[in-house]
Amino acid sequence: MQDMKPDNIVGEHREQTLSFHDGTQRKVFTTETETPIPDGRLIVSRTDLKGMITHVNRSFIDMSAYQEEELIGEPHNILRHPDMPSAAFKDLWDTVQGGKKWHGYVKNLRNDGGYYWVYATVIPNVRGGKIIGYTSVRRKPSRKKVLEAEALYKTLS
Amino acid sequence: MMTYNFSVSPDFNPSHISGWYIFNTWLQRTINEDIHLELYDNFELQRKAIADDQLDLIYANPFDAALLVREKGFTPIACPSNQSDEAIIAVNNESTITTIEALNEGTRISSTDDPDVRMMCMIMLEPAGLGSHNTVLNQRDTYVLVAKDLLKGDADVGFFLEETYNDLSDFIRKDLRPLVRSQIQVIHHLLLAGPKLAHKRDEIAAVLLAMKDDSKGKGVLESLNFEQWNAVEQEETEFMIDLMDTLTAE
Ligand SMILES: Cc1cc2nc3c(=O)[nH]c(=O)nc-3n(C[C@H](O)[C@H](O)[C@H](O)COP(=O)(O)O)c2cc1C
Repeated sequence: MQDMKPDNIVGEHREQTLSFHDGTQRKVFTTETETPIPDGRLIVSRTDLKGMITHVNRSFIDMSAYQEEELIGEPHNILRHPDMPSAAFKDLWDTVQGGKKWHGYVKNLRNDGGYYWVYATVIPNVRGGKIIGYTSVRRKPSRKKVLEAEALYKTLS
Repeated sequence: MMTYNFSVSPDFNPSHISGWYIFNTWLQRTINEDIHLELYDNFELQRKAIADDQLDLIYANPFDAALLVREKGFTPIACPSNQSDEAIIAVNNESTITTIEALNEGTRISSTDDPDVRMMCMIMLEPAGLGSHNTVLNQRDTYVLVAKDLLKGDADVGFFLEETYNDLSDFIRKDLRPLVRSQIQVIHHLLLAGPKLAHKRDEIAAVLLAMKDDSKGKGVLESLNFEQWNAVEQEETEFMIDLMDTLTAE
């Protein structure tokens, strides 16, 4: 995946290199700017079996600060924030590949270097008994849950 | 001749009752079949009819659509073009609460038994750390009674289907204030055919889509406050059901 572009970053930032499960790497820039999900919105995306994005809704685009064309066909780890432990995503993949529903609190990285916390649910899309892809819906978590997740993830990453 | 049974999700707008009868009469004439319309007072009664395989055609709530498609072999036919199901959490206009996050444990909720509105509104309370374990729920039979709970101070927040909130009389609505409105866009009611009507599914879809171009059909649409019917494909409905699935409790 392409590295983040310093030109897109808003405000003072820190540079880090992410390593993904498949061994690829990405240079990311992060800022301390949080963008809360507006009340009443759901952030929706779908992926193929490999986690490549096939569909996003308007709220997804708005919150990610990417254009739709920059998201479709990209791996979903385009949103991966360095503060997220890889163990959380291993659990996500193990769960949904096993045909079950996964829930969790996720800190996502925006294209402008900022972040947003979500409570995410991911489910396998089962058609005719076969998994054909995955759908994720994210919503606004309570502050209390975010603080708990933040503390937990610090011990894991 | 066989008689088919048709029903409408019990959250229908009471002012559209006659519209549904007009629609049913029009449909019977157009496809030349006997169809009996049965309107249930509440979700429980309709669920029982679904469980007992008594229904062949349903204008269903997205929540029930999941069960109908995945477990009862129903196929989607069409949905009205101008309606997505959105929910509103409202408060008394004089309430000091201006944001969801300002709500506290013990919040008193007034709601109907409409399952998708209940679900969407409970989700919208989550940012305040509220759920069924730390709120008090009053269940009411109608949205007007929910509004009255707010007006009398018997509830702190009320759950509404947006459409019914907007249909409350000005007299009631002027003393209420929406706190938050959902913007989900992809969840909507739809018309579904059961297994016994499956052979007529394509014909019904065709006549519904053509309704807007026919003066009689147009009048029928108006009585339901629909602009037109749009085609709904199986995969689109499966997607909506997947989405509902992500929202229902673990
Ligand atoms: C439907 C679906 C939605 C996902 N949503 C996110 C997300 O919002 N943020 C994120 O960092 N990873 C998300 N993931 C997980 C990523 O695919 C990926 O596992 C993760 O970003 C870590 O990267 P890696 O597994 O390549 O190391 C999602 C996966 C699926 C199947």
